[in-house]
Amino acid sequence: MAVRFVLPGPLRELAGNREEVRIDGGAGSVLDALELLWSRCPAVRDRVVTELGEVRPHVNIFVDGESIRYTGGLASAVPDGAEIFILPALSGG
Amino acid sequence: MPETRHVTPRSGDTLLLVGTMKGAFIFRSTDRGSWEMGGPHFPGSAVYAMAYDGRAGRQRLWAGPQSMHWGGVLRSSDDFGRSWTNPEEANVKFPEGTAAALRQIWQIVPGRESEPDTLYAGVEPAALFVSRDAGESWTLDEALWNHPQRPRWEPGGGGLCLHTILLDPSRPGRIRIAVSTGGMYVTDDGGSAWHPSNTGVRAEFLPEKYPEFGQCVHKVAQSRQRPERLFLQNHWGLYRSDDNGDNWKDVANDVPSDFGFAMAIHPEDPDSAFIVPLESDQFRCTPEGKLRVYRTRDGGGSWQALQRGLPQEDAFETVLRDAMAVDSLQPAGVYFGTRSGKLFGSPDEGDEWTELADGLPPVVSVRAVTLGRG
Repeated sequence: MAVRFVLPGPLRELAGNREEVRIDGGAGSVLDALELLWSRCPAVRDRVVTELGEVRPHVNIFVDGESIRYTGGLASAVPDGAEIFILPALSGG
Repeated sequence: MPETRHVTPRSGDTLLLVGTMKGAFIFRSTDRGSWEMGGPHFPGSAVYAMAYDGRAGRQRLWAGPQSMHWGGVLRSSDDFGRSWTNPEEANVKFPEGTAAALRQIWQIVPGRESEPDTLYAGVEPAALFVSRDAGESWTLDEALWNHPQRPRWEPGGGGLCLHTILLDPSRPGRIRIAVSTGGMYVTDDGGSAWHPSNTGVRAEFLPEKYPEFGQCVHKVAQSRQRPERLFLQNHWGLYRSDDNGDNWKDVANDVPSDFGFAMAIHPEDPDSAFIVPLESDQFRCTPEGKLRVYRTRDGGGSWQALQRGLPQEDAFETVLRDAMAVDSLQPAGVYFGTRSGKLFGSPDEGDEWTELADGLPPVVSVRAVTLGRG
């Protein structure tokens, strides 16, 4: 099983200047997949989730184009070969 | 992202560390008359807290940039901002079991000269963090976090923030903090036990006007020469204490309003302090469209409007709680920034003012540093 993370510009430096990170391993849920990402790119974790383990309020995660806000959050299923985008939300001022 | 300009400070220079809603800027001057601007650092991030640590031979800047998207970490620079640390793991974070997550770093304060590796950070939600290893790791002050009154603290307009940390220069264990909205708390044992310190401070917005705690303290300033002397700018109310904060006396004499945020005390004279009154909590702008700093020379017995060089027409400005600072030179320099992105400075204790910058993002913090003089 494999998933492919696509990281936004501000996180790439923290992931060894990579835009994409391919993860091999069992990832039944988004949380599983993120745990695998943290093990490969530990500096990305605290930028994406808070110390409570919740996705930061102005960060969006998409699995194959669907926002996990509408598919079960971190428990959302991750199919084999999924493409997971981590993106800053359209917020600011 | 914008290109960041850098300054190259020298010994004896005055630096202004200016935190804004969209990044940080560093101003440098040799004569406090002409200024060179560097920045923006951390473009896009809110920088509510900056500090300079000149202890133990360091020349270290600290900043607490908070990205709306990616959270906040404490970052430091030993080359005046040409490079900044970027810790892999967030260095200020609430431990498991607190059910809390960091929202903003509001204050960074280096410890005493006798403890050169100690630093303090005040954050939102209101809590105090301490580092004993020069900022490598930080721990929550559990006694304050577990204080039985903490669950009854309420967030003000800026959030539930611990925004002021004062280290008593005459008592090694005494630390004073202020929370909006919770009031002031003091420890005499370095942070193992805390007690409220609000006697005489009014809480206009509560049914009981003089509660033990719950006041919305906006800023507190402490004299280095007479540490028992403190000034306090409250959410309505201007106070002075001459007994280490055990009792507070109203000193809102001859001011257009006793509402405001910013406050600074003279570096040498315990009778001199500076404020920027705002019209009211409903209209948080300078009264009459005039930008005026008020200065007392007699401990708050009277306040004098300082306005030479400041706009006196259609100037509906707001100066926030950490956006005013004094340097350590003689005569003292006074500096402040506005929510409209202006930065003003006076090299003569407020008599004459000059606009140092216009068009900055909203200014939320200003710190003045004299290199080589602490």
